[in-house]
Amino acid sequence: MTDQPTTPQHFHVPGLVPTGPQLITGRFDQADGFTYDGYVSTGGYTALRKALTAMTPQQVHDEVKTSEMQGRGGAGFPAGVKWGFLPAGVFPRYIVINGDESEPGTYKDRKLMELDPHQLIEGILIACYAVGAAQAFLYVRGEMALAQERIAQALNDAYANQLVGTNIMGTDFSVDIVLSWGAGAYIVGEETALIESLEGERGMPRLKPPYFPASKGLYMQPTIVNNVETLSNLPWIINESGQAFHDIGAASSTGMRIFAVSGHVNRTGVFEVPNGVTTFRMLFEAPEYCGGVRQGRGVKAFIPGGASAMWFFDEHLDLPLDKPTIDKAGSMLGSGAIVVMDDTTDMVAACWNLVHFFSKESCGKCTPCREGTTWLERILKRILAGEGRPDDMDLLIEVSESISPGMAWPPRQTTICPLGPSAVSPIASAIRRFRHEFEHYIEHGHAIEGVHTPPIHGVAHGAPTHV
Amino acid sequence: MARLTDANVQVAREIIGRLPRAKSALIPLLHLAQEQDGYVTNEAMAHIAELIGITDAEVYGTATFYEMFKFEPVGRYCINICTGISCHLTGAWELLDHAEHLLDVHAGSTTPDGMFTVEGVECIAACTEGPALAVNYRYRYTVTNDQLDQLVDDLRMGRLTDEIPPHGTLARVRQRTPENWANTGKLAQEAVDAR
Ligand SMILES: Cc1cc2nc3c(=O)[nH]c(=O)nc-3n(C[C@H](O)[C@H](O)[C@H](O)COP(=O)(O)O)c2cc1C
Ligand code: SF4
Ligand code: FES
Repeated sequence: MTDQPTTPQHFHVPGLVPTGPQLITGRFDQADGFTYDGYVSTGGYTALRKALTAMTPQQVHDEVKTSEMQGRGGAGFPAGVKWGFLPAGVFPRYIVINGDESEPGTYKDRKLMELDPHQLIEGILIACYAVGAAQAFLYVRGEMALAQERIAQALNDAYANQLVGTNIMGTDFSVDIVLSWGAGAYIVGEETALIESLEGERGMPRLKPPYFPASKGLYMQPTIVNNVETLSNLPWIINESGQAFHDIGAASSTGMRIFAVSGHVNRTGVFEVPNGVTTFRMLFEAPEYCGGVRQGRGVKAFIPGGASAMWFFDEHLDLPLDKPTIDKAGSMLGSGAIVVMDDTTDMVAACWNLVHFFSKESCGKCTPCREGTTWLERILKRILAGEGRPDDMDLLIEVSESISPGMAWPPRQTTICPLGPSAVSPIASAIRRFRHEFEHYIEHGHAIEGVHTPPIHGVAHGAPTHV
Repeated sequence: MARLTDANVQVAREIIGRLPRAKSALIPLLHLAQEQDGYVTNEAMAHIAELIGITDAEVYGTATFYEMFKFEPVGRYCINICTGISCHLTGAWELLDHAEHLLDVHAGSTTPDGMFTVEGVECIAACTEGPALAVNYRYRYTVTNDQLDQLVDDLRMGRLTDEIPPHGTLARVRQRTPENWANTGKLAQEAVDAR
C-alpha cells in the first residue's frame, strides 16, 4: 500500500473552489487562542460589548434572524426562528449548550471548545442577552477532558474579568454559566435526553409533543438548546451583521460551516467552507482540502452528514453542501460529518459498524428501537461471520420496517426519538446499492473479491484480504 | 476509601449549591467519586444519595446508564481505542488487535498488574485522525502499532504522569464559584423582570 498522494486527473481548475472568511476557526492555529489574553488581543468580547451597550435584546435577536443561520447540531433549524418559540413573559428560562458531540464522523465542537472556548462563552452570553436567560448550562461530552479543562479555565477567567456573573461589563446584565458534563451516552446529544441528564436522570428522550424544550424544557421551564458551533458564530454575526453572514454561502444555507471529512481521502481534515456552495467533489478532490481519494481510487459511497444519514454515491459528488439540496436528494448534512469509503470498502462490515453503534447506544425506552436495533446488529454480525441464512435479507428489511416504515427519507418512525430510524439508514443505503455483497456473504461465507474486511472483534471470520 | 473525603464533600456542597435543583449535581458528584477512587464505590453512591437527599437506588439508576462510570476497579490507565466508522475504515480493529497482543489481554479487561484496561469504544470525536485512541480521555491521533508500543512503555515508566492523570480524573481545573455568586441569579432575574 502506498501513501503517495495522487492528484486526481479529472478535476481541479485553480480558483474554482469558493473561499470565504474564517468566522469561527480563525484561532485554531493561534498558539494562545484558547487563553483569555489570546482571545481579547484578537478582538474577543467586542461583540458582547457592542450588544450590551449599543443594542437591545430584540435587535440582537433580529440580527440572528437576518443571518438565517441554521443550527449546526444536526437538524439544521434556523437559530433565530427557534429563539422566537420561547413563550413571552415566562421566567426563568434557560439556555442549554449542546457540547455532547458523539455522532460517528463528527469532529468540530470538540475543536471549538478546546481551541476557542472564549468565543463560545461570548456566543452564549450574546444568546442569553437576546432571549433573556439568566442562567446557561454548558454540557460538554464526558470523554472530553481537555475541553472541560479549557472551558473551566476560560469561565474562571471570564468571571474574574466581569464578563460572566453579575453586572457584566458594568451593565445591569447578569448571567451565570454552569459547566456540566456527561458520562458517556450518545443519546444524551438528543436535546430532551440532554435535559434529563442535566436534571440528574438517565439520559432518555422525552416525547415531543408535549415536551418541546422551548416551552417545557429544563425543570419544565422554557429552554433553548443550541449546538456549540451554532453559538460560536454569534460574535461574528454581532460584529459584522446578520446580513454580512447571509451574504456568505448560498441564500438557502448561509454563512461558513465546518465539515469534517474522514475516511479514505489523502488528507482528512476539519474545514470551514462557504455553506451551500461548496460541493462534495471539491472537498474530496481539491488540493486545498482533501487532495483526492487515497491511491487515486474511486468513491464507493460516502456519508454526507454523520452516521444517521443515508449514504451518497458517485452521482451525488457534484451536489453543493446546501440543506434543501441535500434533503431533496434523500439524505442530510446533519452534523457536518462526511465519511468517505473508497472502492476497497467491505459494505457489509461498514453497515454492521454503524448499526452496531446505534444498537449499543439505544437508550431502551421504546421497544422497536431497543429490540429492533439489537436484532439488526445480530443478523449483520452472523452474516459477517459467515453464518448468514438465506432469508436474512428479508429479515433485515422486515425488522427495519418495524422501526422506520418504508425505510424512506425523511424517515418515518415508530419510536420516541430519531435514533431508532438512524440505524435503518445504513441498512437501507447498503442493501439498495450493494445487495450482492450481502448475498455473496450469505452464499460463500466471506466478502466479495477486492474488498478489505477489518479484523472485527467478536466476529469469527478470517476473511482473506484481497487488497 | 469509600465515602467522599472531607475535601470532596466541600466540593460537592459547592456544586450542589450552584444548581437550581440538588439532583442536577448527581452526575458531577459521581465523577467526583470516580476521581477519588478510580471507580464508583457503593459507599460513595450511598454518600452521594445522602448529600443530595435522594435514595441509593436513584443514584444507582442514573449511574448505571452512563458508560464512563465503572463499578469495580479498572486499570490505572484505560486505553480506549475508537472503533467508530471513520476509525474502522482507517485501521482501528488492527490497532485493537495489536493492543491485545501487546498487553496480553482481551478488549474490555485489565492487565493483572492493574496498569492497563483496553477497550474498543464508540466514536471519540477525532474522526479525521483515525485510528484514534484516548488514554484516560487524553487523545492520541493516527496511532501506529509502534506508537502504541511507545505509549505503553512511556506510561509504564511513568514518563507521562504530568500529562495523563490516573483514571477517574477528567478536567484538572474546576469551575470556581465566585464570591458574589449568590447574587448572580437574583440580579439577573431582576434585570430580566425589569425589561
Ligand atoms: C440521537 C441524537 C443525537 C444528537 N446528538 C447531538 C449532539 O451530539 N450534538 C448536538 O449539538 N446536537 C445533537 N442532536 C441534535 C439535538 O437534538 C438538537 O437538535 C441540537 O442540539 C440543537 O442545536 P442547533 O439548533 O443549534 O443545531 C442529536 C439528536 C439526536 C436525535
Ligand atoms: S428511539 Fe431508541 S434511543 Fe430514542 S427513545 Fe426510543 S429507545 Fe431510546
Ligand atoms: S470514528 Fe473514531 S473518532 Fe470518530
